[in-house]
Amino acid sequence: MMLKPNWFLILLILLLALLPLSESRFYIFLGTDILIMGLFAVSLNLLLGYTGLVSFGQAAYFGIGAYTCALLMKKAAVVFPVAFVAAAFMGMIGALIIGFFCIRLTKIYFSMLTLAFSQIVWAIVFKWNSLTGGDTGLIGINFPKYLDSSTRFYYFTLAVVVISFYFLRKVVDSPFGRILATIRENPERTEFIGINVKRFQLIAFMVSGFFAGISGALFGIFNHSLFPDLLYWPMSAEVLIMSILGGMYSFFGPVVGAAVILYLRMLVTSYTQYWPLIMGTILALLLFFFPGGIVGFLKSQRPFAGGKR
Amino acid sequence: MILNVEKVKKSFDGFVAVNGVSLAIKKGEICSIIGPNGAGKTTLFNLITGHLPANEGKLVFKGIDITHLPPHQICRLGMGRSFQRTNIFPRLTVFQNIQAAVLVHLGKSFNFFQPVDSFFREETQAIIEKVGLKEYGETVSGSLSYGFQKQLELGIALASEPELLLLDEPTAGMSAKETHQTMELIGRITREKGLTLLFTEHDMEVVFSISERIMVLHQGRLIAEGSPEEVRSNSDVQKIYLGETR
Repeated sequence: MMLKPNWFLILLILLLALLPLSESRFYIFLGTDILIMGLFAVSLNLLLGYTGLVSFGQAAYFGIGAYTCALLMKKAAVVFPVAFVAAAFMGMIGALIIGFFCIRLTKIYFSMLTLAFSQIVWAIVFKWNSLTGGDTGLIGINFPKYLDSSTRFYYFTLAVVVISFYFLRKVVDSPFGRILATIRENPERTEFIGINVKRFQLIAFMVSGFFAGISGALFGIFNHSLFPDLLYWPMSAEVLIMSILGGMYSFFGPVVGAAVILYLRMLVTSYTQYWPLIMGTILALLLFFFPGGIVGFLKSQRPFAGGKR
Repeated sequence: MILNVEKVKKSFDGFVAVNGVSLAIKKGEICSIIGPNGAGKTTLFNLITGHLPANEGKLVFKGIDITHLPPHQICRLGMGRSFQRTNIFPRLTVFQNIQAAVLVHLGKSFNFFQPVDSFFREETQAIIEKVGLKEYGETVSGSLSYGFQKQLELGIALASEPELLLLDEPTAGMSAKETHQTMELIGRITREKGLTLLFTEHDMEVVFSISERIMVLHQGRLIAEGSPEEVRSNSDVQKIYLGETR
């Protein structure tokens, strides 16, 4: 039972490692994009699918990670590896502060508060011209030479994402991860098996912010420039859609969601400018016909296929 | 005394649900609280387990003042509870439901990197068997019958090895046969483990067959208490129950 998915994974990682041999700039670019957004979506899904917290402000930690890494290098001449690790920890600290307030509320009020906080972070980045460049963005970030080819950066991203997934997978399969699942299923009952539910939710926030920060830092390097847009609410919505479309009750579901959306967007925008219309239609259809969508989540009282994943 | 409730009061928007109730439970006792619908039984339970804060009064469990403690701390002191509306983890299997409670009880909930499936298999299995769900370990709990879900909930409560077990209408919604089986199970486990049991119930036959002491709650006040015979012959109690038409 354990072996089968593992072999599949090893094969998949091998395939991904061989992708640059195609020498297609298109696929290397798309592959990098999917890996980064996939990690971002999985970090959100730790809250969404595993803990049952519908966070609508995940872009905040993504943006904090991206700006931390870039600003440290550009303004403070910090070497890349240090700046990269700092991005992860700043994402975690951001999540700790925002999460501290948000977990005091539940359901729709919780989601609205996460949105409100992420908009505050966006406003700060947008208005703080002297530091972030505001609306004109942060351009010309000198990333290290050894990552300065799309193939090398692809491999770097692949390594970081695979290691991140390894740790996240360990965490969700641990006793801690199981308690998160019981919180998702029934916070009241979890409280009365002796769990401080808020503390566990806050730790989930921090882990989620940590990996969102990593994905944000990767995204900054990938783009060579940063704009406040990546903290704006449509970014949070997009990653939420990726997770829900791909399946929030599965570990790799959000990665699948990221892959589908990014690939389709690239395909569709080369034919028509009506991507949002098509995306909306796809979303509506998938939500109706796939039980792992929002409807399935709200009807969580109904038994789901397999308690494990 | 394992539990002392001293003059607790709870009101919701002016409606007084529990009005100065005092009671004491001895270790090892099997007690029940009865009363018509809306008498304040569930509210009283929620006050005891910390799910609701009391407006007035004091709650002492095993000599510790628990009046202002949150539910998870009260649980860890050795109090278990089942809820009136079944309260399980529906998308997890029966095994996972019980195992989660065992993990917390044995202090492994803060383990981040070891595979959860390998933890406490025997301990979990023993509880599953005890509550009569041996064949259903790998069944997704939300798909179990109502009676089995109640049994599972009892198992979750027992997994914390409580000294005091509070059961809120353990047989609500059950058929006569299920009711009989469940009460037999509860009685057997309680005696085996030397548990103290406090439960509410609307089925009078159940109440009088198992309780050593019965407390009668009416409009938020305790109006009578004593052995089953004493309560049965109490004129106030008779008035309430004869006056209530079903």
